[in-house]
Amino acid sequence: MGQRHASQDARRAREFKAFVAGAAGRLLHAATLLTAEAPDDNPRARRLLTLALAHTYACWDGLHGEDPYDRTRQYLATRFARGAWHQYGGLAGARPRPASPLAGLAPQERLVLVLRLYEGVAEEQTAALLGLPTERVHTICDRATATLLHPPRGPAPAVGGAKMAPS
Amino acid sequence: MNRPEREAAVRRIMDQAPPPVPPELHAEVVRRGARMLRRRRAARRVMWSLLFAASVAFIVWAVLARPWVEPPSQTTPPLTDW
Repeated sequence: MGQRHASQDARRAREFKAFVAGAAGRLLHAATLLTAEAPDDNPRARRLLTLALAHTYACWDGLHGEDPYDRTRQYLATRFARGAWHQYGGLAGARPRPASPLAGLAPQERLVLVLRLYEGVAEEQTAALLGLPTERVHTICDRATATLLHPPRGPAPAVGGAKMAPS
Repeated sequence: MNRPEREAAVRRIMDQAPPPVPPELHAEVVRRGARMLRRRRAARRVMWSLLFAASVAFIVWAVLARPWVEPPSQTTPPLTDW
């Protein structure tokens, strides 16, 4: 009995390690885009990812065939949505960091953009995950795309206006 | 620029410069996850033992107090002067 438990634990640890090895890079990239930090200096993104993966580790046995990547992404997104609300007060453009391509966007715009375009989550699923109407997600995504491709002139773009305008 | 082209351009912008994954990530995740599991298990154990203690206390009280037995009436005036 104890031996079976031990072998089960070992298999579980192996599976989880493989999952982390496969998913961590992409998820860390997504988290870094969300927090708008520089790729080589991203303590908030690392913390977010660590918490999300730890959460997945804790409910690994209760997944019942659900995709662990999906679960981790969901947790990451909802955690970021909650944290962004508390830390930045939902204000647009708080503390811009020119190192990230998404630095000029509001936290919610980054969240929708990363889920919709980087992760390729369907509009309906994004809306359900964030508790927003589908039309709202559509609008935010369009607006964020426009802001990213054509950064507004004025007082704001002094931080990152010049370096990204390939179009 | 139509919608697919705009989306592709945004994807290209976002795909630049993936951050390096820190090597100690897996150990840290396992440490935190295991702590979370341990806490969850402890909380469940505390909850079950509280439930058990409460039901034992209830049974003991019920057996002693017998709340289903009708108490003797105390409102009838004493029968004197027959």
